[in-house]
Amino acid sequence: MTLTIAVLLPFLGAAGVAWGSRLGRSTAILLALLVVLMPAILVLSLLDPLVAGETRVESFAWLPAAGLNIAFRLDGLGLLFAGLILGIGALVILYARYYLSERDNLGRLYAYLLLFMGAMLGVVLSENLIQMLVFWELTSLSSFLLIGYWRHREDARTGARMALAVTGAGGLALLGGVLLLGRMTGSYDLSVILASGDLIRAHPLYAPTLLLILLGIFTKSAQFPFHFWLPHAMAAPTPVSSYLHSATMVKAGVFLLARLFPALAGTWEWNYLVVSFGMLTLLTGAVIALFQHDLKGLLAYSTISHLGLITVLFGIGTPLAAVAGIFHIINHATFKAGLFMAAGIIDHETGTRDMRRINGLWKSMPYTGTLAMVAASAMAGVPLFNGFLSKEMFFGEAAGVTDAMALGWLLPIAATLAGAFAVAYSLRFVHDVFFNGEPVDLPKHPHEPPRWMLVPVEVLVVICLLVGMLPALTVEPILHLAVSAVLQGPPPEHDLAIWHGFSPAVLMSILAMGGGVFIYSLRHPIFDWWDSHGGRVDFRRGYERLLQLVLTLARGVTAWLDQGSLPRLLRFFVIVALILGLGGWLGSGSPIVGSVGLMTLDAISLITGLAMAVAAIATLIWHRQRYLALVLVGAVGLMVALVFVEFSAPDLALTQLSVEVVTVILLLLALYFLPQTSRAETRSPRLWGDALIAVLAGLGMSIFTWAILTRPYESIAGFFLENSVPGGGGRNVVNVILVDFRGFDTLGEITVLGLAGLAIFAMLEKLRLSGQMAAGPGMPWHWDRHPIIVSALVRLLLPLALLVAIFILLRGHNLPGGGFIAGLITAIALIMQYLANGIAWTHDRLPVDMHPVIGAGLLLATVTGLVSFLFGYPFLTTTFGHFAWPLVGEFELASAMVFDIGVWLVVVGSTLLILIHLGLMYDASHDDPSVAGSGPLSAAGASGPRTDVAPLAESGPKSATGQSALGSSI
Amino acid sequence: MEALLSLLIGILTATGVYLMLRAQTFPVVLGLTLLSYAVNLFLFAAGRLVVGQPPIITAGQAGYTDPLPQALVLTAIVIGFAMTAFVIMLALKARAELGTDDVDGGEY
Repeated sequence: MTLTIAVLLPFLGAAGVAWGSRLGRSTAILLALLVVLMPAILVLSLLDPLVAGETRVESFAWLPAAGLNIAFRLDGLGLLFAGLILGIGALVILYARYYLSERDNLGRLYAYLLLFMGAMLGVVLSENLIQMLVFWELTSLSSFLLIGYWRHREDARTGARMALAVTGAGGLALLGGVLLLGRMTGSYDLSVILASGDLIRAHPLYAPTLLLILLGIFTKSAQFPFHFWLPHAMAAPTPVSSYLHSATMVKAGVFLLARLFPALAGTWEWNYLVVSFGMLTLLTGAVIALFQHDLKGLLAYSTISHLGLITVLFGIGTPLAAVAGIFHIINHATFKAGLFMAAGIIDHETGTRDMRRINGLWKSMPYTGTLAMVAASAMAGVPLFNGFLSKEMFFGEAAGVTDAMALGWLLPIAATLAGAFAVAYSLRFVHDVFFNGEPVDLPKHPHEPPRWMLVPVEVLVVICLLVGMLPALTVEPILHLAVSAVLQGPPPEHDLAIWHGFSPAVLMSILAMGGGVFIYSLRHPIFDWWDSHGGRVDFRRGYERLLQLVLTLARGVTAWLDQGSLPRLLRFFVIVALILGLGGWLGSGSPIVGSVGLMTLDAISLITGLAMAVAAIATLIWHRQRYLALVLVGAVGLMVALVFVEFSAPDLALTQLSVEVVTVILLLLALYFLPQTSRAETRSPRLWGDALIAVLAGLGMSIFTWAILTRPYESIAGFFLENSVPGGGGRNVVNVILVDFRGFDTLGEITVLGLAGLAIFAMLEKLRLSGQMAAGPGMPWHWDRHPIIVSALVRLLLPLALLVAIFILLRGHNLPGGGFIAGLITAIALIMQYLANGIAWTHDRLPVDMHPVIGAGLLLATVTGLVSFLFGYPFLTTTFGHFAWPLVGEFELASAMVFDIGVWLVVVGSTLLILIHLGLMYDASHDDPSVAGSGPLSAAGASGPRTDVAPLAESGPKSATGQSALGSSI
Repeated sequence: MEALLSLLIGILTATGVYLMLRAQTFPVVLGLTLLSYAVNLFLFAAGRLVVGQPPIITAGQAGYTDPLPQALVLTAIVIGFAMTAFVIMLALKARAELGTDDVDGGEY
């Protein structure tokens, strides 16, 4: 459990910090650091067995049949990355506290950072690859939030979207690759996949798998030609860049390269693909970096270049290259995080990031300058700093490739050239910013930043120095562990010394140093040339063109299907359904009528049926007179309830009856705000066409029903009927199915119901509509809104109605009834109070806020389900027992009843929420006292006879049909 | 009996579809309501028509009708109510925002 908890903690912590940040910035930072500390302690507690060479795997079955388990793994590589993620994460959290201005919401940034941290931990600690992919996508999503943190800024939004699109697309490719891997090895568990390298490499699907996985890796790690998203992601606040582009986001790609190294590496496809893309990235990144005038832009392209370097190392594929790759991951993370933070400090202090304006800061910020210089030296690969060691190893490996690969001689040249540019841009970072004359027109007067803002940089710089000078003492143990995990075996002999004697690598280093200084000395002519000629190659354009193409295509398809007209869309839908149904039937070749005999028709059924048919057709005929049509629809609904009564479905009949009442009330209230009649539609061909479609649809449904009813019947009903009493403890099988056998479905249903209620609440909020000012032309609403006899009677009825509801609720397990029906009855009983007594009177006596009721219902139902976990049973297992009370006698109690009470609460809450707010909307819409009290759910009581009726606010024709009935019925 | 119910489901479907194809919101809501009656009856009928055998375990009762379609339809009725409520509120919202109760936001 330890690892699982460590990964999940940041996710929980994110919510906690978001909430806690309202208590102040100090609380937010303390909470956030605590959230980082806890997983760190958990991971460290597992250190001992790890050092002994043991890989820890925690696995929980989730969908074992599909190869999906919740599985976490801790080995050297995971440990190294977890350390980077948590360590640099903590420093970034500290730094961000001072970087963000008071206007920015620190809690939101911390919440996003922690989300991202959790996702990264999930990526590096996952054993199951599918699960790793989930976290992988979560890093894309949370980095989207982080990059777009300043959401009011256009460039932030564009950058965030671009990063999401590119890495998200790569994630899809990666999913394909992982699925193929799973197919080859029969498992998604890393332990299996890492051990099946030979099988995978020999498999015919190896090449497509490799391509797909590399696509995922290259997009994430900003490799050429997908690198363009990274510079645009610089729109993020600098702490975010410092985190995402040093230790985490982009490192997820190279992490996966290292992780799958034993499974995929060792073929010529791997070598050539990975090395060539890495080399291109290394070179282009280094060259473009030099020409960036933006401080962060320089660091961004430098990051791209260093990622290319790491990629090349893994592409070379020798064990020593893997050592160098891992080593450089550590070094790059430390110096680049430090440099980003230094850049942030400079930006913070000067108000700009343009290196053409920031000059000569050494006088005002010598201490920051010293720190930046150390980190920049590490980036350039100067001896005694950590970057030198891994770069020297890289040069050595690159030189070694000359004979091993065709065209291998290209690599040392490219490496030296990139090294020279790295020296040049590092020089520029230091020289341009801290020396090079006087500052030009800075928005702020620079001085050293707050003390604590420098602490994270100091920590990182000290690491750069310690690793650079005493590598064997500092970094060797963790490197050893990580490399053993990457190679799935003992690491090769390597010596982390500063001086190995004269070798090609030393020569390349010297060349790079000299070349770098030379290039920088020529900077003025080169910059001029670049600004006028080069620098226009932006892969962003290709991306945007592609995006535009996809959008145009999608819009075309949508516009073709949905022409912005509901009737047209529905016509299309019905016609397609008809064609499919007809085609299916013609294709099957079976007769319409089956073999089963028919029931005889009795007179009562015939009359009911006729009444329903007449009501339905009458609805159709008078549908333009809306009030009448509504009454007729209500009549149809009642007949439907009768059908349920006839055919042995008492529960359905009760539900239908009560839903019908609520629906009609609801539609009546809504109708008050709508025109009372529908316009006549004049285009008769369309009307006839619609009629034809409708008749065909009806005919189709009739034939379909007929075909089903005349065929023999098989059902799984036997199981429910047999197990209802012994298993569910209830005799009403329908109710037992709802609250027990299929309780999970019901939980979903009431969630939907609650959501519908909440959504309606959100829609009605701030909605203002004026309703009917009069019951009809020349017919004012009746002056007495709440006739005394009705209100007195309804008040009397309330306890009785509630009693009936509770009775129905409690007996539901054994006799027709249950939470749904009881909820509707309760709602009707309460709504009647509103109708008869007005909102003001009722609100004084009833709680208005229905949200807690819905929440309590959902909570009760869910908790009832969760309790069964405590007893070791699956979710929503129920139990029941028999109890005896004096006077009452013996009775039965089932835990499912508690669930049913939850259902009841949700139904009551949602129904009342909807209806009450419709009524409240009336009051909100009529602040004018001269019209208040003229509506159906008016707050004002009897306010005396009214003679002043405002003119009709409605447009369109009016009809008096039934308006007086509407007024008096409500 | 089967023929009668088939016919009724057909009539409800036809009236429902016709109203659903109208250009103004309120008839569309009524059409949806009629169509959900038809669908509920259809689902219910898929469990076949049985008279006098409610699925409530009682000593001495000869048989029981299928409880499963009933359970499905029961929740369908309630969810149908939620849907109707949601759609009619959308209609009100559209009227407030667009000033019309035409389903396509214009008059034609």
